[in-house]
Amino acid sequence: MKMKKSTVAILLIIAIILAIYVLFPFYLVLMNSFKTQSAIVTNPISAAGASFSQFITNLSSVVNNKNFVFWRAFGSSAVVTIISLFLLAVFGGMAAWVICRNKTKWSTAIYMVFISSMIIPFQVVMLPLIATFREVGKFVGLSMNGSIPGLIFAYCGFGGAMTVFILTGFIKGIPYELEEAASIDGCSPEGTFFRIIFPLLKPTIVTVTILNGMWIWNDYLLPSILLGQSSPNKTLPVAVQAFVGSFVKSWDLILTAALLAMIPMIVIFLIAQKQIMSGMVEGAIK
Amino acid sequence: MIESNESNMSKKILSLVLLVVGAVLLVAALWMDLTKTYLVLNIGINIGLRGLFLVLGALAILAGVYFIPTVLHHRAIINFIFLFPLLFTFAVTVIVPMFVGIFYSFTDWNGVSFSQMVGFSNYATMFKEPGFIWSLLLTVLFVIVNMILVNVVGFLLALLCTTKLKGIGFFRAAYFLPNLIGGIVLGYVWQFVFSNVLTKLTGSAISALANTKTAFMAIIVVYVWQYAGYIMLIYINGLTTVPGDVLEAAQIDGANTLTTLFRIKIPMIAATFTICTFLTLTSAFKQFDVNLALTNGAGSVDFLGNYLSNGTQMIALNIYNTAFARDMYGLAQAKAILFFIILAVVSLIQVRISNSKEVEM
Repeated sequence: MKMKKSTVAILLIIAIILAIYVLFPFYLVLMNSFKTQSAIVTNPISAAGASFSQFITNLSSVVNNKNFVFWRAFGSSAVVTIISLFLLAVFGGMAAWVICRNKTKWSTAIYMVFISSMIIPFQVVMLPLIATFREVGKFVGLSMNGSIPGLIFAYCGFGGAMTVFILTGFIKGIPYELEEAASIDGCSPEGTFFRIIFPLLKPTIVTVTILNGMWIWNDYLLPSILLGQSSPNKTLPVAVQAFVGSFVKSWDLILTAALLAMIPMIVIFLIAQKQIMSGMVEGAIK
Repeated sequence: MIESNESNMSKKILSLVLLVVGAVLLVAALWMDLTKTYLVLNIGINIGLRGLFLVLGALAILAGVYFIPTVLHHRAIINFIFLFPLLFTFAVTVIVPMFVGIFYSFTDWNGVSFSQMVGFSNYATMFKEPGFIWSLLLTVLFVIVNMILVNVVGFLLALLCTTKLKGIGFFRAAYFLPNLIGGIVLGYVWQFVFSNVLTKLTGSAISALANTKTAFMAIIVVYVWQYAGYIMLIYINGLTTVPGDVLEAAQIDGANTLTTLFRIKIPMIAATFTICTFLTLTSAFKQFDVNLALTNGAGSVDFLGNYLSNGTQMIALNIYNTAFARDMYGLAQAKAILFFIILAVVSLIQVRISNSKEVEM
């Protein structure tokens, strides 16, 4: 449909105004990271008082702050996210393949349990989870609460259902003849999975990884209760929360910390914008 | 033949060795558990030897089972090994806590232990708590308002972003951007916007967050701001599936933009509406991060003759505070179970209604 020139102009103006509104908080965070606390309070909107040297000052006081320990938190978040995503992709693919290719009562039952668990809100398992982890930890002699491996374990458990759900949907569409041919050629079942099925899953693995990655990187509640507020292994959202709690009105430090917490996500988004946007949609409509 | 026998033989030995090693490690771990011998290995960090033995033992047994030379049961063994990691983590993090949680909701659990069963008294207590009733009602209001607002805004944005404007890719990305950032960080940023920037812009001395009503609206504003871009993407996806020739035919028949929208586009993407209402419904119900970071539930309000100080506290935050601030774990767990039941019933009803509407089309 062709539009009149005036309509185009009006729509463009609306789009620009909306974009300004949506991006305004990001602008405020960026701009005010370059200012001193007093400059922020007297003039939060304009660029008055912003200087690069002040940005460096803010940055170093945030990064060196004992309550924030930015690099440690960043490292924790990165380790937890990357390992969880890797394990979810591999274990999720393996489980989804078994569930899909075995039409037994068991596999159907497991699938149904996975799917129905997706509606369980985190609050229901939040408190007993700490108790369960404590008991399991005591039994096996490994600390599950307060440790990074424990957190990764929990993410594998919570992310499993959605991962299996999306991957089974995709595996169903892969012709079974492919696996039969491999089997006739003498390929073992595990070889069939890792050499033939898993490579075919790649696009769906990307979708799953994007969905899980956004969730795990930004998640606050699970790491905050599993690690605890005093843990040295805090992930980034937990560290931001603890930091802001200790500096109620130091906006120069808070906003610089917010900027640091945002940057990794925005950089990844700029690199893989198309994949992220289509991945988020695919994950939702399946 | 001889060769395969040989490899079978070596497989058998390998399998046997692994099974034995695994069993020995597990028995050793069990022995350490029973005799309370806690040996610690120090390699930079302390690692309990018992846990290490247990994990290595389990891995060795799994590997041993994998190498059992059987053609007949090999597939079954692989199935088990492939399902095991995810099922095990899933059982420990979701299934076990779920049932333990239902049990605890009937006890006077304090987070560590419980002394007695209390029947339904936790469930009775929460309905006698005006603060909880308030949180529940507030959450329902929040969900309804958000479901409408996020969907309307998201759909309008999608309509805007499916026109042939220049630079539409940029606008789509810009509108979606807030969804990338976690609720905690966003909450603090908006706290700054409301209490420092908006007060400057409007010239008022009081922050919107200081008043319960406006603070509640502030949460809605932030939530719509964060979530509408995501819902927009799903609507865009739906709108692009409407075939171009249908739209062309409508245009030739003289349908104007509005008629096309209401008679063709909206009915044709009914399934997308179902998805989006479901997503907004469940995520608004579970809203926690923004609530915590923006207002922390604070706000004074008169409710049923009671003075409440949790004016903007929604149900997820109420459960959290009941456990961690008030140390009433049994009560918090009972609230969580009720929350689950409400969420399950509401989403089932929503899916039913939407599905019946879709069929009518």
